[in-house]
Amino acid sequence: MKKRKFLLFFAVIASFSMVLAACGTSNDKEADKGSEKGESTDYSAAIVTDEGGVDDKSFNQSSWEGLKAWGEEHGLSKGNGFDYAQSSDESDYLPNLTRMTKEGYDLIFGVGFLLQDSITKVAKQNPETNYAIVDTVVEAPNVASLTFAEHEGSFLAGVAAAMKTKTNKLGFIGGVDSDLINKFEAGFVAGAKSVNPAIEIDIQYVGNFSSAADGKLIATRMYNDDADIIYHAAGAAGNGVFAQAKDIKQNDPERDIWVIGVDRDQHEEGKIGDHNVTFTSMVKRVDLSVQKVSNMGLEGDFPGGKILEFGLSDDGVFLAKTNEDAITDEIVSAVDDWKEKIIKGDVDVPQTRDELKTFEESL
Amino acid sequence: MGFIELLQSIIPTALFYSAPLIFTALGGVFSERSGVVNIGLEGLMVMGAFVGIVFNLTFADVFGAWTPWLSIAVAMVISALFSVIHAVASVSFRADQVVSGVAINFLALGLGVFLTKQWYDKGQTDMVSQPFYTTDVPLLADIPIIGPIFFQGIYITSYVAIVLALIAWYILYKTPFGLRLRAVGEHPMAADTNGINVYKLRYVAVIISGAMGGLGGAVFALTIALNFSHATIVGQGFMALAAVIFGKWHPLGAMGAALFFGFAQSLSVIGAGIPFLADVPQVFLLIAPYVLTILALAGFIGRAEAPRANGDPYIKGSR
Repeated sequence: MKKRKFLLFFAVIASFSMVLAACGTSNDKEADKGSEKGESTDYSAAIVTDEGGVDDKSFNQSSWEGLKAWGEEHGLSKGNGFDYAQSSDESDYLPNLTRMTKEGYDLIFGVGFLLQDSITKVAKQNPETNYAIVDTVVEAPNVASLTFAEHEGSFLAGVAAAMKTKTNKLGFIGGVDSDLINKFEAGFVAGAKSVNPAIEIDIQYVGNFSSAADGKLIATRMYNDDADIIYHAAGAAGNGVFAQAKDIKQNDPERDIWVIGVDRDQHEEGKIGDHNVTFTSMVKRVDLSVQKVSNMGLEGDFPGGKILEFGLSDDGVFLAKTNEDAITDEIVSAVDDWKEKIIKGDVDVPQTRDELKTFEESL
Repeated sequence: MGFIELLQSIIPTALFYSAPLIFTALGGVFSERSGVVNIGLEGLMVMGAFVGIVFNLTFADVFGAWTPWLSIAVAMVISALFSVIHAVASVSFRADQVVSGVAINFLALGLGVFLTKQWYDKGQTDMVSQPFYTTDVPLLADIPIIGPIFFQGIYITSYVAIVLALIAWYILYKTPFGLRLRAVGEHPMAADTNGINVYKLRYVAVIISGAMGGLGGAVFALTIALNFSHATIVGQGFMALAAVIFGKWHPLGAMGAALFFGFAQSLSVIGAGIPFLADVPQVFLLIAPYVLTILALAGFIGRAEAPRANGDPYIKGSR
């Protein structure tokens, strides 16, 4: 009896890990079939995704689109000049990076800050290959770090939200409480408070980027507590935020309920009947950055060891204006004013909670 | 925030969080009560979520507001058919039931993601246009205090889950069919000598668990995730399995356990808005559901006794 329960427990654990492992192998196969011809004489580039996969409708997809655009620009095709490898969990990062390196790609992108450690290791082992990491910084002579001024984009989102809100209460839902997501938080709060110092902002973190159920629970609480606009930086957990916003809208079409999307224009997600709950989105042009760095590599001036920041000035981040009913001309012009100020350097947008404190005191 | 307001925010959220787990756990109870271990609940949920979303996306224009209900019905049927694989392997061919269940998990996820790629040419589907929405229950919602807590802003599916748990209890404990099913799970040879068809009953039980697992997955997809991807069902099936054991293989126990999971999860999230919990670091609130579960399992539940023949294939005539 006891033994059987023990076995059962083991089986549960084993099957759990096997399910995850299974995703890994199937994806590997898929990536394999295109990339047999790695020994291209031309310049070649590849990306290694994080858990989202190349069609996550988020920055993995965006990077892949950037790489595809770059490839097409130079007459290359998938598997012949550029390719991707998909990771389904943490243990796939290093094998994927190593495989792409062995296949002879000149430049390999790691998409997402989760790949930081793996890129650091691989870059050290293969000093002759160039690497780039999206969203974070790796200090090595053969690694370019592609970062985004999320705080600047979030600042504009905060400005727009503060002008739109009727309850003077906003919500922010982050994925994992980390330096990267804190940038979103600090920028958003700073932007909102610049418009209206008395505004209240409710901040909560999901603890991961994947639990839609938890995202929905948090959104329920915030909307119940009278927040009318929620800015989410929580990846797939943000799906739950959209689900809750749409549910409220369905029951009470008169109530003003908005979500601010992240990473790409999440207009599609907000559709409900004739309404759309997506107020705007803080878009990160990962595709532009991937394309640009691939071109730099091709031309022989790969920015190894450097940190490139894509910000408002080069449209690396911007605020989507797809929902024209919601984001009025007045808001757009105010957002543009603040954008000018940030680009000129009149406003120094905080990136951390400490900087935010100083910023708030200076208001 | 007063106590009543607190309940008003916790209970509806706990209910929607628990509903998919209740459905799936009930399926698990049926299967395991008949003596077939069902590790495949996760896979059955994946299947249900996939079918529910695909049906909803395809037929939203045809059926309008009825689409979500038809979607979960179709998801039940397809998942029930899918679970026949598990039944054939573990009942007829006497394969190891754990291995066969794991195979179900593999197969469902692989098939779901593969077909999504084939049909939609991307790794996740679009969001459905006809999901379930919350509603107020007419009349009952107007009852003071109780109305706002239990009957306002509720997914009907949550109530379907609770009613189904009661029906499952009635079937298992008050009907001849239920008695036979439990007998088959406790002592199949004794049941066989009394003229009960062990194989047939086990088939029926596994197919019921397939239908319920599919229902759970489809309800999760149509109330919470709204689309299907490899990350839609991650671990909920195993949570349902835990609820089966936590609830001592009893339908109402499993429902209670699933509600408890939902309540703990909801408390951990809502807790950030409660004055006296607001100063507690968020990490503690995040781990609270798991700590509560361990405490409940260790302290209050006592010994969980599985059906005696659970996991043993029945071979006619052997002792």
